[in-house]
Amino acid sequence: MQKENNDITPTTPPAETPAATTPDPKLQPTEPEPKSGKGEPIIVIKGLCKSFRDHDVLRGVDIYVYKGENLVILGKSGSGKTVLIKCMVGLETPDDGTIEIFGQDISRLSYDELNAMRLRIGFLFQNGALYDSMTVRENLAFPLRQHKKTMTDEKKEAAIKEMLDDVGLADSIDQMPSKLSGGQSKRIGLARTLILRPQIMLYDEPTTGLDTGTAREISDLICKMRRKYKISSIIITHEMHCAKATADRIIMLKDGAVYAEGSYDELESSDDEWIKTFFY
Amino acid sequence: MQSSLNKTFFYNAGDMVAFMARFFKYVFKPPYEIRETLYQCYLVGYKSTFLIGLTGFIMGVVLAIQTRPSMAEFGAISLIPGMVSVSVVREIGPVITAIICAGKIGSRMGAELGAMRVTEQIDAMEVSAINPYQYLVVTRTVATTLMVPLLAIYADIIALYGGYIAMNIHDNTSLRHFFVAAMHHLEFIDIFPAIIKTFFFGWVIGIIGCYKGYNARRGTESVGVAANSAVVASSLAVFIIDLIAAQITDLIS
Repeated sequence: MQKENNDITPTTPPAETPAATTPDPKLQPTEPEPKSGKGEPIIVIKGLCKSFRDHDVLRGVDIYVYKGENLVILGKSGSGKTVLIKCMVGLETPDDGTIEIFGQDISRLSYDELNAMRLRIGFLFQNGALYDSMTVRENLAFPLRQHKKTMTDEKKEAAIKEMLDDVGLADSIDQMPSKLSGGQSKRIGLARTLILRPQIMLYDEPTTGLDTGTAREISDLICKMRRKYKISSIIITHEMHCAKATADRIIMLKDGAVYAEGSYDELESSDDEWIKTFFY
Repeated sequence: MQSSLNKTFFYNAGDMVAFMARFFKYVFKPPYEIRETLYQCYLVGYKSTFLIGLTGFIMGVVLAIQTRPSMAEFGAISLIPGMVSVSVVREIGPVITAIICAGKIGSRMGAELGAMRVTEQIDAMEVSAINPYQYLVVTRTVATTLMVPLLAIYADIIALYGGYIAMNIHDNTSLRHFFVAAMHHLEFIDIFPAIIKTFFFGWVIGIIGCYKGYNARRGTESVGVAANSAVVASSLAVFIIDLIAAQITDLIS
């Protein structure tokens, strides 16, 4: 990608600082497997780099996600997890590398094409990001009003009630976001995102800041929504109970690069000292 | 250090100009957010009527009271309605209205959009394929552009009424006589440029308030900074536009 300004445009990582990977050969990052029976990956990220001024946040990340798969990206704070998924929806622009979603390189899409792509991707923000000037009903009605203009008001109301039933908050329909707890805000945020029926969900720290019980409920909800709506998901977290409950496969990020990849059990049995710090 | 400051200044200035230019790109582009625009008109216009009315009334009263001794000295008491009307309609009404709107509306927009930025609500709109600029900035800026002129006209009328009340403290004149005398001194060149400039006042108040909030950095402190800088920058912009308008009016007349 063209470099425009030395002070504000981040740079790609220097060649002499290769991404560190785990010494355990079983946990090395793998390539996509088209003939594995899972079909072609619907998300393919190759060589993704992103820096802010002179700080390299992502250093050549390679990730793929299959249809219907729950991929958990695990890493400590500041490892570049959130920046990674923000790059996937165009909230951040990568310095280098490609992100292909449904076979389309998102960096080559026009604004309208990117918006069409965004309708197929849901994004749950860490705090739910509910519109605080609107009630819960209006929060859910807002994307429908914008994108489903031919839908009748009755159908919109039915869709809103169905989504609120799914997340177990049908009684909160007329409440303002300021009256909701952290867990409730995330559930409503999830309902608002799913009401447009995305094919991919990106969860940014869905259980962070919640008590253990509520965190478990959110993790269960993620699995339930995946089963009901056949969604592929990327879940960003640093919490192991969330990873264990939701992951088909886990990728561990360290210093902006993929460090290890495997199932929860494979990673848990690893002898790698850094990986062990997540499990104890 | 100086070079870095210059660079930051020019970068910010360029960023603001680009932000303003986007308004003209999106204002005529569907979808037109009529409902949100009307709601913002209600917030900007109707919700400001008491404050603007009260300020206008005080302006008119003070202007009539303060000028009376000088006018009386020259035996020109009968010119007070004309003096009040020309001062209010040409300058004081539009400028005071704009400054109050910069404080009340500009700061609200800066804080509101700043809070939305900090709590990722603007990002949430973006990832839902809703253009936040079109939904938040265009609607608010259109509302201020349309409402500030109406508020200025409203302030002018209330100020004239205030002048009439103040004149009746010492003298005895009818409302009809006061307004006829006031209108007698007003010409097209007094009214038309004054109204035109209020559209510009409204536009800069809206766009600067939105710019400051929309580009707030992360963190709650930035919400206060956005609100504060929105008031300072839009008030300054109002005076600069007023200066330019005065020069243009002078050239025309």
